[in-house]
Amino acid sequence: MFSGTLASMSDEPESFDQFRGTDTYIASDELRHAVNVAVALSRPLLLRGEPGTGKTLLAENLAGALGLDLVRWHVKSTTKARDGLYVYDTVARLHDSRFGDGDVKDIAKYIKLGPMGEALSADHKVVLLIDEIDKADIEFPNDLLLELDAMRFHIDELGKDVVARERPVVVITSNNEKELPDAFLRRCVFHYIDFPDRALMERIVRVHHPDIVDRVLDQALEVFYGLRATPRMRKRPSTSELIDWICALKKAGVDLGRVGGGIPFLGTLLKTEQDVELVAKRAKA
Amino acid sequence: MLIDFLYELRRHKLHVSTHEWLALMEAMAKGLHDSSLDGFYRTCRALCVKDVAEYDAFDQAFLAYFKDVGADALAITEDILAWLADPKRMRELSPEELAMIEGLDLDKLRELFEQRLREQKERHDGGNRWIGTGGTSPFGHGGKHPTGLRVGGPGGGRSAMQIAEARRFKEYRKDVVLDVRQIDLALRGLRQLGREGAVEELDLDETVDETCRNAGELEIVFRPPRRNRAKVVLLMDVGGSMDPYAELCSRLFTAASRSGRFARFRSYYFHNCVYDAVYEDAAFRQKVTVADLLAESDRDEKLVVVGDALMHPAELLDGGGSIYFYSQGGRTPGLEWLRRMAAHFRRAAWLNPEPDRFWPGTTIEVIASVFPMWHLTLEGLGGAVRYLVRGGEKPKVPEKAAWGRSWTGSYDPD
Repeated sequence: MFSGTLASMSDEPESFDQFRGTDTYIASDELRHAVNVAVALSRPLLLRGEPGTGKTLLAENLAGALGLDLVRWHVKSTTKARDGLYVYDTVARLHDSRFGDGDVKDIAKYIKLGPMGEALSADHKVVLLIDEIDKADIEFPNDLLLELDAMRFHIDELGKDVVARERPVVVITSNNEKELPDAFLRRCVFHYIDFPDRALMERIVRVHHPDIVDRVLDQALEVFYGLRATPRMRKRPSTSELIDWICALKKAGVDLGRVGGGIPFLGTLLKTEQDVELVAKRAKA
Repeated sequence: MLIDFLYELRRHKLHVSTHEWLALMEAMAKGLHDSSLDGFYRTCRALCVKDVAEYDAFDQAFLAYFKDVGADALAITEDILAWLADPKRMRELSPEELAMIEGLDLDKLRELFEQRLREQKERHDGGNRWIGTGGTSPFGHGGKHPTGLRVGGPGGGRSAMQIAEARRFKEYRKDVVLDVRQIDLALRGLRQLGREGAVEELDLDETVDETCRNAGELEIVFRPPRRNRAKVVLLMDVGGSMDPYAELCSRLFTAASRSGRFARFRSYYFHNCVYDAVYEDAAFRQKVTVADLLAESDRDEKLVVVGDALMHPAELLDGGGSIYFYSQGGRTPGLEWLRRMAAHFRRAAWLNPEPDRFWPGTTIEVIASVFPMWHLTLEGLGGAVRYLVRGGEKPKVPEKAAWGRSWTGSYDPD
């Protein structure tokens, strides 16, 4: 890995500050810095943070900002590392051999590239999003070490190597559900998306609701941060929920200042009965 | 110069590898740190720290190493807190001495404290000047004065020193105690997969083989899916000194007993120490003798004991030491019962909700020499699960000889 990245140091230096956030995505200084370090060193960027803090959105906006295509790989609990590279459809081949449709000798016909395989075989640079890597088996990240390092993989059935022409920008998100292996972490640039403070949150909301009135925004944020500060809450509302909530408020034309007794559309903010009960109890007290 | 910083980080238990350090050097060669301390802080953290639980340790290391770069950053280090957390016994004070100590007012005290903090270089116990424990110095534990003064810098700023100093990520540290989901995830590591049960998964390799053998005529083969075969026996201490941890233990129990997690899961209760029997219910009605329990349990089952292991030494070491003398134990000391259980199972672990800084000099140390013991935190639970599955590293066993010497007090946790 070192030989590759060290060699690239002699290249013409690209502008470092490639990602500044976009019109629809406000990033904190620290996040921007981490993204730019990852792009400059062409190492995978590992993002963690509470659900709803915009980890997945970042990849989309990064692709937009860099003018590259985005390839998504949404990891599920049953996903195997090799599925991301390619799948050899044995059952189809068996079927064809038995029932005689098409040329069974051509194995390449039964090889289907997965998202990561696509990203590596693309003829131009792309952004690869590996979403929620912690959903899969504990060993999953370890199985991708070589592929992420060398940006190449081998298709056993064809005896062929696929090598990336240009190293894709890799963004990996994780919800902190599982420990990721050290060997994997060592290769990544890490950033924890901290929950935005009020000033940053105001900017974020304005991006999504440009026409919002100051007073309404103030009241909404007041209620929102009040809810988040409630002790013993099981799932605290996040940025995306705030934005949905404001959207609901606007559509229904509810004025927060005039509503008495409880928060309207609480269901967009709180997602468990325990939390709703807790808030109701506190409101009474 | 920065190599020292690498070792400073490693001293704070951040396992930064050469790999990451070289990447940082590469980043700096490319000027990614903007030639500023802020930029360096961000770049270094992004490359060297891979877990939000470690941000706090990074902040501390950063503070320690670069403290002279910024303003005079005066922060109480964890070391000092650790000295204070582990007190020596307070000596008896004469009324004159007490009067003298009380004579200091708070402002004066704080001023002196900051001054001492600057001057003091090491732990100091039993004196009358330095910050430590058990002496007549106004700074420390267990006296008539405040036990500690927080001297943090101004928080909430944007410069690297201030960010590090604010230690915003303290709450993410791993050594805090757990909620059910975290325990759940830690326990997921405790598994031994094997194929058992109904055949319901397509076995592709076998299907191809069989089809070939069948001269191309399709022959579908199914197999059972992989299931967890780990068997767990959970022993929990209830009542008495465990009351403060009841909530924590119930979370552990909830996570462990979720259906389908283990091939076999049994839980039993005991009070303070295990003698000749344990109980199926926390009210101690359904008795199961230890002999029966061991006879029914396979050596490969995992024994997990949860308890504070804190009791009067006689309860552990003397024959008939049980607080239920007439009903339990006979003449065999509790420690011997514990030994028998630990010896029966190939791997056993003890989870202790009592923070490990309170272990020395108590019965915990003795029990830790029989059962590999972990503090019941995310980190400790992870360590215990790793040990149960793969064996290997046990936590450090305290010396038995040291125990006898350091035991001075006598108290009854009940």
